[in-house]
Amino acid sequence: MNIVFDNDRPIYIQLVEGLQIHIISGMIFPGERLPSVRELALNLKVNPNTMQKALSELEDLGLIYTERTNGKFVTTDKSKIEKLREKYAREKTSKYINDIKELGLSKKDIINLIKEME
Amino acid sequence: MELLECINLEKRYGDKVVLKDINLKIPRGKIIGLLGKNGTGKTTLIKLINDLLTPTKGKVLVNGMEVGVESKKIISYLPERTYLDKSMTVEKVIKYFEDFYDNFDSNKARKLLKKLDLDTNQKLSKMSKGMQEKVQLVLVMSRCADLYILDEPLGGVDPATRDYILDTILTNFNENASVIISTHLISDIEKILDEVIFIDKGKIILTSSTDELREKEKSSIDEIFRRMFKC
Repeated sequence: MNIVFDNDRPIYIQLVEGLQIHIISGMIFPGERLPSVRELALNLKVNPNTMQKALSELEDLGLIYTERTNGKFVTTDKSKIEKLREKYAREKTSKYINDIKELGLSKKDIINLIKEME
Repeated sequence: MELLECINLEKRYGDKVVLKDINLKIPRGKIIGLLGKNGTGKTTLIKLINDLLTPTKGKVLVNGMEVGVESKKIISYLPERTYLDKSMTVEKVIKYFEDFYDNFDSNKARKLLKKLDLDTNQKLSKMSKGMQEKVQLVLVMSRCADLYILDEPLGGVDPATRDYILDTILTNFNENASVIISTHLISDIEKILDEVIFIDKGKIILTSSTDELREKEKSSIDEIFRRMFKC
């Protein structure tokens, strides 16, 4: 697992986003058991309290769940993961479109550009 | 009960006020950055907490009791400058710590030192500055204490050594204890801090959770610090 942090933004938010990307991309499988808070924190070199906060947030979002005594698991609800994928895809695409528009290209130019790249 | 509490703490040397109106509460289970420029009172505050200086006014409570012999048992302190005799070998220093502190876990220290690929029969004076710093940190973190106070643990060491130091702090941190780290090298350390205390001209001017402060100011702690203390 690897997340590159930017000190300008709250670390726990970046952990939430980073773990979401890991889930969407399948680097962590649906239903997979997560390492302990401590292991995750050490692995990513962050404070265990911050990691705990991020995991609570992911749990509130329904992306992970806790089985008492067994630890934390990634949701098996694939539609939830799919929705999250779509949300990220939209955000990133909209950011990309804005960036390209700033260069003075139209939507049509963008579509042509993408086709050319394929 | 708070792990550490400073109440109206003040320290003067003659007419010179070094610390004033220090009120502070530190719970268990946190990593706290004590941040300030050179000569703002960080080390004086740390020495007061360690009962190495006597306050002019106010008091320091550890687990609700005034500092003294008992608090020294549960505070593990890494001073800015070493107090170890550098003609000693690492092996000898370990023995020294075993004799000195009931809560020193020599197995843990040996395990941590093993990772450094270090000849423990080597004298401290024969080691690089970075290696000496690492050895001392390992010794301090191998005590089973309630409060770890590290005064400038990152000063004068290379980035790889800094990483090792941060790793060692994180690995040995547990929820029953707290760690106070004083530094002016903020960007290297801010990722692992729960809370920060900004100190300037002998006064505490800000205490905050690090993530809340980042969110509020939309910048890194390092950047906020630089803006606040621009010369």
